[in-house]
Amino acid sequence: MTNTVTEFYKALTAKVDETLKAQGDYGKIVIQIGSATCENAAGAVDVMDEFSKHIQSSGREDIVIHRTGCTGRCSKEPIVGVHVPGKMPVKYERVNRDVVHKIFTSHIQKGLPLAEQILDGSIDPDQQLEFLFCEGRRCGVDAPVSYREIFERKLKEAGVGEDKVRITAASCFGACQGQCGSRAHVLVRPLRTLYSVSSEADVDLLVQKQVLKHEEVPSLKVTDKPIYQEFFDLYGDVSFFNRQSRVAMRNSGILDPESLDEYVKFGGFKALATSLGKNDPEWVINEVLKAKLRGRGGGGFLTGKKWQMASQQPEKTRYLICNGDEGDPGAFMDRGMLESDPYSIVEGMMIGAYAIQACKGFYYIRAEYPLAIKRIQNAIEKCRAAGILGDNVMGSGWSFDLEIRLGAGAFVCGEETALIRSIEGERGQPKVRPPYPVVRGLWGKPTAINNVETFANIPAIINYGGDWFASIGTEASGGTKVFALAGKVKHTGLVEVPLGTPLKKVVFDIGGGVQDDLPLKAIQTGGPAGGFIPAKWADMEVDFDPLAKAGSIMGSGGMIVLSDEDCMVDISKFYLSFTQEESCGKCTPCREGTTRMLEILEKITSGKGELSDLDRLERLARLCQQTSLCGLGRAAPNPILSSLKHFREEYIEHIVEKRCKAKKCVALIHYEINAEACIGCTVCARNCPVECISGSRKEPHVINQERCIKCGQCFEVCRFDAVERV
Amino acid sequence: MSHAAANTDNWAEVKAAAEAVLPEHIVAFIEQNAKNAHSESQLIAILHLVQSHFGYLGQEQMHAVAQLAQIPYAKVTGVATFYHYFRLQPRGKHIINVCMGTACYVKGADKLSQRLMDELGIHFGETTKDMMFSLESTRCLGTCGLAPVIMVDDQVYGPVTPAEASIILEKYLKKGKLPKASEAKA
Repeated sequence: MTNTVTEFYKALTAKVDETLKAQGDYGKIVIQIGSATCENAAGAVDVMDEFSKHIQSSGREDIVIHRTGCTGRCSKEPIVGVHVPGKMPVKYERVNRDVVHKIFTSHIQKGLPLAEQILDGSIDPDQQLEFLFCEGRRCGVDAPVSYREIFERKLKEAGVGEDKVRITAASCFGACQGQCGSRAHVLVRPLRTLYSVSSEADVDLLVQKQVLKHEEVPSLKVTDKPIYQEFFDLYGDVSFFNRQSRVAMRNSGILDPESLDEYVKFGGFKALATSLGKNDPEWVINEVLKAKLRGRGGGGFLTGKKWQMASQQPEKTRYLICNGDEGDPGAFMDRGMLESDPYSIVEGMMIGAYAIQACKGFYYIRAEYPLAIKRIQNAIEKCRAAGILGDNVMGSGWSFDLEIRLGAGAFVCGEETALIRSIEGERGQPKVRPPYPVVRGLWGKPTAINNVETFANIPAIINYGGDWFASIGTEASGGTKVFALAGKVKHTGLVEVPLGTPLKKVVFDIGGGVQDDLPLKAIQTGGPAGGFIPAKWADMEVDFDPLAKAGSIMGSGGMIVLSDEDCMVDISKFYLSFTQEESCGKCTPCREGTTRMLEILEKITSGKGELSDLDRLERLARLCQQTSLCGLGRAAPNPILSSLKHFREEYIEHIVEKRCKAKKCVALIHYEINAEACIGCTVCARNCPVECISGSRKEPHVINQERCIKCGQCFEVCRFDAVERV
Repeated sequence: MSHAAANTDNWAEVKAAAEAVLPEHIVAFIEQNAKNAHSESQLIAILHLVQSHFGYLGQEQMHAVAQLAQIPYAKVTGVATFYHYFRLQPRGKHIINVCMGTACYVKGADKLSQRLMDELGIHFGETTKDMMFSLESTRCLGTCGLAPVIMVDDQVYGPVTPAEASIILEKYLKKGKLPKASEAKA
């Protein structure tokens, strides 16, 4: 049986090679354009259209447009990459039709990159080489001095200026296998060469040969291609990206999410072939156990353990479900992966299904994600056509099929028992556990449910080994975690870091710090089920247990940065109003508890709170936490409890002083016009919807507080900052 | 219980009436499903189809689904009312979705929605009298990098200031008038 699978895989890769060769795109200039929901919203479709027109009218045949998924650099989209063979890949930010024209005429026609539009101003087009030094948590830690500093010094001695060679401190490349600590890895862009150095002499060799003579140094070269290399080759120059370690998102922004050929070219379905080839489902489970992969949907249960339990059930009809019901406000990593690398999720799911010997798998995806649904559907159909999915998978004799089921906008369906009800076509109300779904799930059969990101990690674990994966993370949990970084942060987007990375590093090194350089107030993780981590704890390592200890949760990976301009009471109220609305109504503590807690928060934010409300709030929160039926109700009070723990003084301020320091709670603020700053331009008076601003032209104006509805219109339109919010 | 076994003499009539309400592709989908195991589990998928065809789930359509799929009407309405995605009322020509995700909220989605409500004179979940706009709030469109975001039909706009929101509305109002002008010419 082993032979048939291996042969099938060989034939598959050979066929793909042929197809890609026949396309004849090798050696051409590649224009890479992202195409996820967010990219399209930012105008990627227009950009693609404009590039096609330009290529057509120029008559050049050495240029191809390559559609990719999304790299997760949301605030700078649409992003366009221009890869001229042998030159440094250049990425452009916020491209529109005009910029397309400039890129085409300057960069592509004349070879002069458009410096002012380069993503994050990351590269200087004159630099010919970039050396990325791995400064991951394990690379070169035993070295006496950082090899990067030695390299810097030697370059200076050799008289090579910064204008020619760029040096970057990057995150782990994933190249370390067994020799962690003593050696450091260095990636040279755009040559795509990876070196491993372990002494000063090695570094000297790099300078003498690679830099000065443009010769390779074969003795130091690493021949195995580490998992992140492809990503660093393309994106290594951008600080937002080079501090990340991409395992789950290894293909996002690199390959065409709709092309099976490309996925296979980048090593796709090798992991499935390996798993099937072993003819031993237990081997897969053991690898995943070794990897210490914990469920990425929020619960953090060991995936290997879950699969083991499912595989030990006497019932042979088993199901596997991929939970893509990403309902957390502010979280979009599942969408990113489903849209940008759907084949990885399909492969991960198939490996999981093989491990538990499931006969059928279901994708449960939100109806709000039409592009994700379309791409998964496309992936399923292409895999079926290629003999990878369906009867006799890859010639192994094992049969398995996948089906998509749509959600319909119920947050609670992210909870596993509710999700099962929803797939069964019922109202998505949770059930009492135990029995857990691995024992009795979909239609009463053993069912394993895993998150999108969990599945995305599986092919990497099989390809690179469970031990390798475990070595990336912390003692307790292996691998990386994808976060959706948003809120008051400079660079928003998808961030994947090894577990154990300090929160601070995510917000400042990758996120570029707080917007407008305001002080960081707190970091909210885990969405409406999570809590607040105060700024003073920003050194904390991201992992399941430390976050739980701080009163928050890892959750599915939302990470919202809050600054001094955010009111904790207001944000807690926001989250609670979300869970209150999403409560399915089945159990009393959650249905009534969230409603009453919301009432109390509304009372406080409208300036009618009493100190006794805080005790009542806390008591209710604990009750709801301890007695609710499912995870939604049990976690709903987390924002309140953690904000009460870390920011109690803000609640007291609202209640006692009737003051909202962040000036967010409308009832507690009012607007005044500073008579000295007001020049009497009358703009505010003309814009006031209730006409409560009086004053003649060129005279200071006054707001009639009794009639003012605090809409803030005057505050926004005043060009002299004369309207003050107090 | 299958309708063949139940000796109801007016089944042919009921079936024909139900089929007249729903478009062919939905009837075909239901019939196709009936042959598979766990066919009742496709109820949500059927309702998705009905909503995308009619824009909402009317009583008549839900009744037809119940008859054809042989699922109790009470269960059909139970499911339809449980999920936020399903609407029981017809909606305006353009659907404005204001994203109320955390990132958008932090960046001023509340002010944005206030402005839209003021301009349109309706609240969330309502439709303007001229059936032009329906205003809805939605949970995170997943484009947090562009916050605050609104989505009009399938087009996402962001970041949107309250003033820009008015301009966007204007654009759709003008667009709405264009076909009328061409009709006049014709």
